[in-house]
Amino acid sequence: MTGTLKVEIWRGAEEGHFEAFEVPTQPSQTVLDLVTYVQRKLDPSLAYRFACRVGVCGSCAMMVNGTPRWTCRTHVNKVAAEGKVRIAPLRNLPVIKDLATDMAPFFDRMQEAKGRFVPSEAAAKDVAVVPPDDPKRKEAAAGIECIGCAVCHSACDVVAWRPDYLGPAALNRAWTLVNDVRDGDRQGHLAAVAVDAGCHACHSHQSCAEHCPVGLNPSRSIAGLKQLVLWAAVRGEL
Amino acid sequence: MKRLELWLYIAQRGSALVLAPLVLLHLGVILYAVSGGLTAAEILGRTRSSALWPAMYALFAVAAAVHGAIGLRVVIREWTAWQGRSLDLSTLAFALLLLLLGLRAVQVIA
Repeated sequence: MTGTLKVEIWRGAEEGHFEAFEVPTQPSQTVLDLVTYVQRKLDPSLAYRFACRVGVCGSCAMMVNGTPRWTCRTHVNKVAAEGKVRIAPLRNLPVIKDLATDMAPFFDRMQEAKGRFVPSEAAAKDVAVVPPDDPKRKEAAAGIECIGCAVCHSACDVVAWRPDYLGPAALNRAWTLVNDVRDGDRQGHLAAVAVDAGCHACHSHQSCAEHCPVGLNPSRSIAGLKQLVLWAAVRGEL
Repeated sequence: MKRLELWLYIAQRGSALVLAPLVLLHLGVILYAVSGGLTAAEILGRTRSSALWPAMYALFAVAAAVHGAIGLRVVIREWTAWQGRSLDLSTLAFALLLLLLGLRAVQVIA
């Protein structure tokens, strides 16, 4: 594969425009390679974010032809429709500059959803035995590999409609904690996601599951939370 | 009200549980009853023959009013800028209107 590719990149912040660049094509080129080429060879003022380049850190997520993706794990030849790639900052987050978004609202949701481990007294005194085939351990394991890249947050239409919605990543995190036998505040986690813009605001569109680069299914986690919260509410525990 | 959204969610899912079999029963009864041709008088004769029919349709009307109004409120909240107390009261009024119209119809067949 030789020649050049037309790459359109968002410039500016909330207000801005797409700027077109011609980038030489390479074999096995990733979208992150395109952005890096533009920044190093064509316009050093381009702002973007990356770290590991191999799909571990989750910091290079951007909108590629309208779809949220890890740019480091997206090969150009998979997405270059009609020899053109359009790269924009992640949806549903404030834009700082060009391709760099402000991730603070995303991580704020994690805190609001009480997405942090609360050690129980028993777990603090002794090593907890958690059999791998325990049903709750399996539920937690299914959601635990999230690296917080915000692709699901960006893919979610409910987040777009209701900016106060906790979002798939934060709710998925809460679900793993609710299923963690070492956690000492199950009621606290359930109360945190039973708020007005909590798990029940989810419409199960499953865009989060569709786009998660790690293949997680936050929709499923949220469905689990909905059920637990419903019964807790009916029993008067919330 | 504390946890209003959660209770509305529960009410909407609960009303859906009631509605689903009633809708199927309603459609089934229509298909069965009109297959041989039927007049309004005959239909009324049947619905008035037992208190179960008006009771079923009263339940239907209540469930539809609850379910429809909550759904409408969600759609308006998500698709427009309208939210807050005025939306809550307006959709509550919509629920009451649906209930009134539904129960009036039930009264006729009772």
